[in-house]
Amino acid sequence: MFNIERWQEIFEAISKNKLRTFLTGLSVSSGIFILIILLGIAEGLRKGTKKQFENDIPTKIQFFAGRTGKSYKGLNPNRKIDFSPKDYAAITNKYKDEIQFESPVLVRYGAITNYKENNGSYIIFAVKPDSQFLNNAYLISGRFINQRDYDNKAKVVVLGQRPIKDLFGGNYKEAVGKIVVINNTNYKVIGVFEDEGGERQDTYMYIPHSTFSTLYNMPNNIGRMEFTLNPSDSYDEGLNRLEDFGWQVKNYLHKAHNVHPDDNKGIVFRNMYTQGKNIYMVNLGMKFFFWGIGILTLLSGIVGVSNIMLIIVKERTKEIGIRKALGAQPKSIVGMILQEAIFITTISGFLGLFFALGLLEFAGPYIQTDVILNPNVPFSVAVFTVILLIIAGAIAGYIPARHAAKIRPIVALRDE
Amino acid sequence: MIEITDLHKSYPVGNRKLHVLKGINFSAKEGELISIMGSSGSGKSTFLNVLGILDEGDEGSYTLDGTSIKNLSEKVAANYRNKFLGFIFQSFNLINYKTALDNVALPLYYQGVGRKERLEKSLFYLEKVGLADWADHLPSELSGGQKQRVAIARALASDPKVLLADEPTGALDTKTSYEVMDLIQQINEEGKTILIVTHEPDIAKMTKRIVHLKDGLIINDERIEPVKALANV
Repeated sequence: MFNIERWQEIFEAISKNKLRTFLTGLSVSSGIFILIILLGIAEGLRKGTKKQFENDIPTKIQFFAGRTGKSYKGLNPNRKIDFSPKDYAAITNKYKDEIQFESPVLVRYGAITNYKENNGSYIIFAVKPDSQFLNNAYLISGRFINQRDYDNKAKVVVLGQRPIKDLFGGNYKEAVGKIVVINNTNYKVIGVFEDEGGERQDTYMYIPHSTFSTLYNMPNNIGRMEFTLNPSDSYDEGLNRLEDFGWQVKNYLHKAHNVHPDDNKGIVFRNMYTQGKNIYMVNLGMKFFFWGIGILTLLSGIVGVSNIMLIIVKERTKEIGIRKALGAQPKSIVGMILQEAIFITTISGFLGLFFALGLLEFAGPYIQTDVILNPNVPFSVAVFTVILLIIAGAIAGYIPARHAAKIRPIVALRDE
Repeated sequence: MIEITDLHKSYPVGNRKLHVLKGINFSAKEGELISIMGSSGSGKSTFLNVLGILDEGDEGSYTLDGTSIKNLSEKVAANYRNKFLGFIFQSFNLINYKTALDNVALPLYYQGVGRKERLEKSLFYLEKVGLADWADHLPSELSGGQKQRVAIARALASDPKVLLADEPTGALDTKTSYEVMDLIQQINEEGKTILIVTHEPDIAKMTKRIVHLKDGLIINDERIEPVKALANV
C-alpha cells in the first residue's frame, strides 16, 4: 500500500491514459453523486414531512364522517354519514374530564374574498374558539374567535398570511378592524395568524362555526371533529389514551349512526401517531427506492472500471510478463492491479461525494418547500458510502487482477 | 550447475500434440558460456523457457544448482526465477516508462531490497555495462545496443547463478552485436554461467561451447576456443 514504486506505477499508468481514466472515473463519480443526491432528497423528504406535522399537537385526534362501506341493519352501503350537533354534544359531555380542547370544523374551499379592488380565493375554516390551540395558530395581530363571537354568530374572520399579502399588501396591522367580503358576505377582520405548518395553512380564514352553519344552512352537519386530550405523564401513555379514546368515540358513533361495527370507511379517526406511522412507511419506501437506484448506478460505474482495468491488463500483458520473468510473485501483480482499481474508484468516488455534499451544503438550505426541506446527508451515510467505494474498487479490480495473475510469462514475452 | 535428463515437452496444437522436445540430456558446469543453436522450430526457445522456469517439461528431470525444478507453484517458480536466473531478451523487454536505473532495480525490488540499497546496486551494474551516465534516461532515449546493455545490467542485478539470453543480438547490427558479446564474455570471465540461444554462427563462435538442436534433440555438442568479440569490433 505505502510503496512509492507501486504508486509511481499507478500514476504512470493513469497519466498514460488520461482520457480513459477520466471517463472511467466519471462513471463512478456520477454514480456516487447520484446516490448522495438521492439520499439527500430522501432526508429532505423526511424532514419536510416531519416539519409539516410537528406544529400540530401530538395528542390531537380528528374524526371524519364519510360514506359507509358495509350494509347494516337493512341500510345500504355507500350511505353518507354526517356528524350532527347532537353527536358533538354527547361526546364533549361524556368525555368532558378528558378533553382539553374541542372544535368542530367545516371547511369550504375556493372562498372568493374581496377587499377594495383586491381579491383572492382561500379556504374557510369554520371553528370554535379552541381551534386556535388545536391548530397552533399563532396570532401576530388582533385576537382569535372568542365564545361571544360564537354565541352571537358574529361575522368575524381571522386571516392567514396569504390573504393578508394579497388583500392588504402584507400590512397585517392595518388589516385588523377592516371589512372583507367573503362569498358576498361582509366580515370584520379581528385578527391575523401565522402557522409554521406550510403554505396551505397560510390560506386559511377562520370564522365562527355557528356563523357558517347559519349562513350556509347546515344545521345538521358539523363537519369533522377535532379534540386534544389532557396531557399525560408519558408519551406512550398519551398515545394509548388517545387510541382508546378514538376507538370508544368511533364505536359510539357507529351505534348512533347505525354503521356496521367492522366498517372502516363510514367513520374514521386519525391522530398524529397513525399519520406519522404512514408517512414513516412511505419515507422508508422512498429511502429503499433511492438506495436501490443509487447502488445500481454505482454498479454500472464499477463495471466500467472493471472493464477499463481489463483493457489495461491486456495492454500491459507484456510488462506483466517481464515482471514475472524477473521474479514478481502473483500476489504482487494482483496487488498492483487491485490497488490501481481501488485508487481510481476511490479518488473519483470522493470527487463525486464531495461534489454532491457540496451541492447539498450550499443549495440545500435554499430548498424550503413543503415537501422537501433542507436536503442533506448525515455524516454516517457519507462514511458508509466511502467504505462502499473501496469495496466497489476491490470488486472492480478483482477480475482484471486475476486475469493479470494468470498471464504466463512466456506467452507475454513471445516476440510477435 | 544445470542437470537435465530425458526432457520431453509437447504443446497442444488444435487436436494434435506437437512434440517439441523429445528427450534432451544436457548438463552445464559453473562458469560455462554456452550457445544453443538450431533452426526455427528446432525447440531451442522451448528449451530455454524450460531452463528459465518460464515453462515446465512434461517428462524428465531438471536440477538447477542442486534444486530440483518440478511441479513448482507459481509463487515458488517466481522465487526461483528471481534468485537463480537472469534473463536477456531479443527485444530487450525493458519497461518503457521506467528509467534505465529503475529497470535495473526491478529484480531487486521483487527481492525485497530496500530502495536506497536497490538504487546503489543498480547504479553499480549500470556502471559495469558503461551506462552510468544514462541512468535517468527512459528506454526510448537509448539506442538498441544501450537498451540491451541495460537489460544485461538488469539480468545481473539480482546476482543470479545463470544468465539466459534469448537471441540477445537478434535485433542489433553487427558492430553493436559484437559489443554486446564482448560484455557477455567479460561477465563470463568473472565466473557467471551463461546460456545463449542464437542462430547466428559468428555469435556462437564467441562462446566456449556450442550445442546444436534439431527436431527436439541435441545432435551436436562441442567445445571450442571462443573468438574474442573485441577483436572484431
